[in-house]
Amino acid sequence: MSAQLTRRAFLAIGASAAGGLLLRGSAFAADRPRDAAEASAQLGVLVRIEPDGTIVIGSRQPEMGQGVKTSLPMLVAEELDADWSRVRIEELPLGLVAIAEEPGVTWKYGPQGAGGSTSIPEGWGDLRPVGAEARRLLVLAAAAEWNAEAATLTTFAGTVKHPDGRTLTYAELAPKAAKIVPPKDPAPLKDPAQYRLIGTPQRVVDAREIVTGRAQYGLDVFPEGALVAVVARCPYFDGAIESWDASEAKKIPGVRDVVVLPGPKPGEPYAQNLATGLAVIADDTWSAIRGRNALKVSWTKGPWADETSAKLDAQAAGLLRGKGKVVRRDGDLAGAKAKAARTVEATYRVPFVAHATMEPQNAYAKVEADHVTVVGSMQMPSGASRVANAITGVHRLKIDVRAARLGGGFGRRLTNDFVAEAVLIAKATGKAIKLVWTREDDMRHDFYRPFGVHAMTATLDGDGKVTGWAQRLASAAKYYRRADVAPGDEWQSEIYPDDFPAQCVANLEYEWLDVKSGIARGSWRAPAHTANAFANESFIDEIAHATKQDAVALRLAMYGAPRELAYTNHGGPVFDTGRMANVLQVAADRIGWGRKVARGRGIGIAAHFTFGGYAAHAMEVSVAKGGEYRIERCVCAVDVGRVVNPLGVEAQMMGGTIDGISTAEGLEITIRDGRVVEGNFNDYPLLRSARAPDVEVHVVKSDKAPSGAGEMGIPTAAPALCNAIFAATGVRIRSLPIRDQLKAASRA
Amino acid sequence: MAVRFTLNGKATSFDGDADMPLLWYLRDHARLTGTKFGCGIAACGACTVHVDGAAQRSCVTPLRAIEGRAVRTIEGLADGDRLHAVQQAWIEEDVAQCGYCQAGQIMAAVDLLAKTPDPSDEQVASLTNLCRCGTYPRIRKAIKRAAAALKEES
Repeated sequence: MSAQLTRRAFLAIGASAAGGLLLRGSAFAADRPRDAAEASAQLGVLVRIEPDGTIVIGSRQPEMGQGVKTSLPMLVAEELDADWSRVRIEELPLGLVAIAEEPGVTWKYGPQGAGGSTSIPEGWGDLRPVGAEARRLLVLAAAAEWNAEAATLTTFAGTVKHPDGRTLTYAELAPKAAKIVPPKDPAPLKDPAQYRLIGTPQRVVDAREIVTGRAQYGLDVFPEGALVAVVARCPYFDGAIESWDASEAKKIPGVRDVVVLPGPKPGEPYAQNLATGLAVIADDTWSAIRGRNALKVSWTKGPWADETSAKLDAQAAGLLRGKGKVVRRDGDLAGAKAKAARTVEATYRVPFVAHATMEPQNAYAKVEADHVTVVGSMQMPSGASRVANAITGVHRLKIDVRAARLGGGFGRRLTNDFVAEAVLIAKATGKAIKLVWTREDDMRHDFYRPFGVHAMTATLDGDGKVTGWAQRLASAAKYYRRADVAPGDEWQSEIYPDDFPAQCVANLEYEWLDVKSGIARGSWRAPAHTANAFANESFIDEIAHATKQDAVALRLAMYGAPRELAYTNHGGPVFDTGRMANVLQVAADRIGWGRKVARGRGIGIAAHFTFGGYAAHAMEVSVAKGGEYRIERCVCAVDVGRVVNPLGVEAQMMGGTIDGISTAEGLEITIRDGRVVEGNFNDYPLLRSARAPDVEVHVVKSDKAPSGAGEMGIPTAAPALCNAIFAATGVRIRSLPIRDQLKAASRA
Repeated sequence: MAVRFTLNGKATSFDGDADMPLLWYLRDHARLTGTKFGCGIAACGACTVHVDGAAQRSCVTPLRAIEGRAVRTIEGLADGDRLHAVQQAWIEEDVAQCGYCQAGQIMAAVDLLAKTPDPSDEQVASLTNLCRCGTYPRIRKAIKRAAAALKEES
């Protein structure tokens, strides 16, 4: 669907849009009755003005903690000149409208899908015009009322002002404004110097609902008449059901039925659910869990029965002894090696990790003859609609999809395997189904961040200048059994060829080697950046120490003069070395880079460009004799362009930093006998408050177009921490997680 | 035999499976969904409620264990429209990101402040409730803010 079609579709104004904010057949109690909407005035599909002056702004993006339910409506409200304290946000269902062109539908409200830190850059482009258009209609209505020139009128906080001092409120004007046919030319946008809301700190709009327990998440949706499903999934990658006996399970009070849930065949794309299983259907969650516990199932182990983490390590090491696919080649690396005064090499390992959203996966589905309802915590409601359509054959315009508030996303909910399960079970049983995953289900049936081993080589000349760079990565690619990725293109999820230091080092090669594994992989917050930033930024630190250079000065030398380099990967079109250098410098200044620290202490730094945003971390750690360490200070500097909501950006950086530290310190998913070992937070130890540092966030002032902020805070946390540990102890962490490596080193 | 207890001040009884964890009773039967399911093994604290005023993880508390006791959930924490000082502090410090763990965090913090009205930094950081979004620094600030507010109230 073209961007133009999209824009035209959701800027459409008029009576046909009335009621556009309502979800038909909603499972939500909070939905407003239809007559209330009809008494108010709809200005486009995203803005409605109530008679009491409340301005209702539709929030189209799934809210998973990234703050878009606050920040995106701010973009609309700014251009509308709304009084933010009179704005109420309503979550929108998936909005699709029919078009003649393939695929037959397009967005009603603009793109709905949260991933890749794209909500803010997209909204910057297409939500400000929504507010500007609504404002123009209100001004035109006032001009007609007063018989005045529209150009002489001004707006402020929900009112239109006449030069003679008269005012009309938006509420007074809205019914007339809603009847005006909008002019063809786009409504002019504000000069950013006039902003009153964008750039001011605003708290999460539904904080009160959250702290009182009223905010509704997917797992909270349980309409009367629905039954709960809990699934026993095959624990073996691509395994199958050999035999099963549900007679004991069916004796559990409350258990109604047990149905087989077919999984994909080995090698087939994961277009729907992830694993074969048996679904226990019961009156409530506890009965369903008890029923599942009483099932007798034996599984066939499938083609990956021998897989273990140690074997994957060996496979990667073996691959790295051979040749892979060179995905970027600049200059003459062999020549650089021949001429090098010094060569530095190191190998880094990054493990599989789980998303472990606090809210386990879930979905509510009801399948009727010509109508499907899906409610759940999902990042891609349009994907859920496609999945439901594929399973039921019901037209996508007759599939109501509503993303509830998400109890975390981090990329896990980009896939809709849990939606597929709920729809399959609802279809098979004819019942409205609330599917519940337990924590163990969630931990063992994830789409994990890829495991990879990075073999790095750098060549230097006699002056310590980096003349050559090679990254050879053997990894189990994130692009795994994806219908939309051509065989041979899997490397594209592992190495972004324009990533630094490409174009900053003359002779450079990026090479990828394909680790075969049966475990499912997927997008995990800032996907390949978390792995590549760890390898790159640890390695630069190693080069600096090996050649007795300052680690900040070495990075600045590699960035070179401030300039924009072409960046064709996600987050482009440019990578600005000046902005990169600036955040590095800010982090260095704030931590006091170069100062002398006490014995047992060390400072580390790292910087990286992620999806259009520039971030750096500097950390100071203290390490006790036995290897116990502590982060004494943690500084994060970030440049995400113009900041929409400073409180939100700070929260994302703080959270991303702690996510990065948590993952680096203790998290790994391991494999034994073709299945995942870890099952719950007892063996997948997320960081707790006592070890989570305060994060000093420094946001660079910028008038560049904004990037998102959800993913920029994570990639540099691990290398900054490990570089600090090296500075304190001389122990280099080359394999994550850190766990007790320092304790082991202190005993050695 | 029915289990009898008090739920947010109201006399309640349940004559189903007395081994059912309080969490699932609250969510599926009482339809109080502010108490969250996170792990089922008392490892994350998302299900924290108060039993006779003390924080308890409801996912491992069978209903039979609350016979005759008073249960308070996040829905029963505010006094009508007047939020508890901890809830108010959570809003003022803009703590929540996804928000899923926050009801449990708040119930744990209320318990901490009841026992330790003037907590040290270390005590504030001693809550073991997990937050996957990494809101811990703001949680700690909010607890300090709430402690000050409660002192003023009393």
